[in-house]
Amino acid sequence: MIQNDLPAIFRDYNPIENKMLQVIDNEGHVVDQDRMPALDDETIIEAYKQMLFERTADEMAVSYQRQGRMYTYTPNLGQEAIHIAAGMNIRDDDWLVPSFRELGTLLSKGVSPKEMFLFYLGNEQGGSFKHLPRVLPMSISIGTQLHHAVGIGYSIRYQKKDNAVFTFVGDGGTSEGDFSEALNFAGVWKAPVVFTIQNNQYAISVPVNVQTSSVNLAVKSVAFGLPGIKVDGNDFFAMYLAYKTAAEYARSGKGAVLIEAFTYRRGAHTTSDDPSKYRNKEEETLWGLNDPLLRLKRYMEVKGVWNLDEEKLRETYKSQIDAQFVEAEKAKAYPLGDVFDYMYTDMPDELKRQKAEYEQFLSWKENRR
Amino acid sequence: MSVMTMVKAINDALDIKLSEDNRVVVYGEDVGVEGGVFRVTEGLQRKHGADRVFDSPLAESGIVGAALGMAVSGLRPVVELQFEGFTFPAFNQIVTGISRMQNRSRGKFKMPVVIRFPYGGGVNALEHHSDSPEALFAHIPGLRVVIPSMPHDAKGLLIAAIESNDPVVFMEPKRIYRAIKQEVSDEKFSLPLDKARVVQEGTDITVVAFGAMIRECQKAIKMAQEAGISVELIDLRSIYPIDRETIRNSVRKTGRVIVVAEANESFSVGSELIAVVNEEAFLYLEAPPRRVMGFDTVVPLAQGEKYFIISPERIFYEIEKSVTF
Repeated sequence: MIQNDLPAIFRDYNPIENKMLQVIDNEGHVVDQDRMPALDDETIIEAYKQMLFERTADEMAVSYQRQGRMYTYTPNLGQEAIHIAAGMNIRDDDWLVPSFRELGTLLSKGVSPKEMFLFYLGNEQGGSFKHLPRVLPMSISIGTQLHHAVGIGYSIRYQKKDNAVFTFVGDGGTSEGDFSEALNFAGVWKAPVVFTIQNNQYAISVPVNVQTSSVNLAVKSVAFGLPGIKVDGNDFFAMYLAYKTAAEYARSGKGAVLIEAFTYRRGAHTTSDDPSKYRNKEEETLWGLNDPLLRLKRYMEVKGVWNLDEEKLRETYKSQIDAQFVEAEKAKAYPLGDVFDYMYTDMPDELKRQKAEYEQFLSWKENRR
Repeated sequence: MSVMTMVKAINDALDIKLSEDNRVVVYGEDVGVEGGVFRVTEGLQRKHGADRVFDSPLAESGIVGAALGMAVSGLRPVVELQFEGFTFPAFNQIVTGISRMQNRSRGKFKMPVVIRFPYGGGVNALEHHSDSPEALFAHIPGLRVVIPSMPHDAKGLLIAAIESNDPVVFMEPKRIYRAIKQEVSDEKFSLPLDKARVVQEGTDITVVAFGAMIRECQKAIKMAQEAGISVELIDLRSIYPIDRETIRNSVRKTGRVIVVAEANESFSVGSELIAVVNEEAFLYLEAPPRRVMGFDTVVPLAQGEKYFIISPERIFYEIEKSVTF
């Protein structure tokens, strides 16, 4: 259903026609001046810095894992423009319902690298984001989070508020029934949800053309009566425009929007994955040239506003991030209570018994030594 | 004979069945080109073709639901679900379709479907990658549930599962996928789907376990031997149906029993086994039967998993407590 009162980008980029919204090209040249978001140079530089911070933290996380200092990690390399453009458009009163590959969005919402590291060091405290009442924990279970976002959207309408929900899923996740159900619910309830499909073209090893016969993923919005748009996910400005427009639409009470952010997962699915098994180096190299940071930097160079000492900045970030990692590593030992204490609001006697029996075993073990 | 890991043994079983029976198809997420995230199906697509070993879209409900359709129309699908924590989207299809179709059709349709997935903890994983949901499946009438504890059994049981006309949930203890190597016959062989195995005979106490816990129990038994306790260890192998005879004979002999399993204790296979013990050997018991199992909590992430996982020391502690009761 294409309504006449839709914002222009949704009319001009009807996903059935398989067009992709782009504002700058690979070389950083503006291809659509009319759609260039009105951002001052300072804001653009700030966006770049956030993307660089995310990338640095992400690369360091992979390296900590490789050093055996951290457990399985899910890299974000190449998807930073999506994450930061979203982060810049999420208001404090908006909700964030993440998947597990939105590092930059989480950071921009107030999650610290230390928390992220603590989570991947195997401690739930790190992944609870306890100080952020409107950020849900990451969803490892594919696609389930989309329903949760819709439920929050219903609450927002029920409470007659004008905030929105931002939620994410991967290209693989669009095959789960939950994806279609959530879009359907969002349509029926006019839930103010901005759905993002991060189409990084691989669900672990499975390429998107094995995942679906749809011409693109944004088109899946059509059957559910939602506006949808395919956006160049490596183009910061296109992503910014898409999020700004989608958020305004959702906040105005008109309902949900589906954004397909077309990108490429330059890293592995997780640190346990080896992409050389299922894709070739040429493809990876090609997408390296289309990198979102590279493109934004070229844009700034062309425009003559690039003024960053990137190497120095990276060094600064590295030492900040490493300090956070060391703090996470030094976090106090995981107490037995953390296994039991959060399962119920009031711990049932059965759990108290199990905990007490385990403590008896621990003291037996202690005495035996 | 070849030295095999469990991964290799399962791969071998799939290879044998794919080779000899063109009704067998193998599919799931990442099983084709990649050969599975644990490489269990490695090389099978290349050898048997992409119409027999293939990647499916990422949708467990679709994977299992389609298997029902294949089974009623002449194929024998062996599907892989990537982790135990991702089986739940398929639960509806398993409970409402796969497990009931033989009965619903009054035997017109057989249900030769194998649903394989890795399960269990001890690998420092993210959430939904460390659970042991065998009781959830064992509770569904119409399913067989099988768990091997070593490469030899994995091969023989999987071949039997593929040849069975009943749906079989085949749970693979990922922690010992590559940890145990064993001489396994290269030939085709199968093992009964409903028989436990006495791993080691003993006289003082019976320990019943399965999957990755067998190895932990064997470590505990060494400690028990040093303490002068003779332990009989039973590897259940078939979770449903339970081999009552083997349990009965053992507990009537020893008079004491503990069940060791990773899953949450309440409403578990451990609970079921103790019910069987009470029904079959009540008057022979010299100590209360006991479950040595996971807490009724979510499996903690890596830092907290040390509390949850059943250590050999804890098994020995419970053996000793039972024997000195």
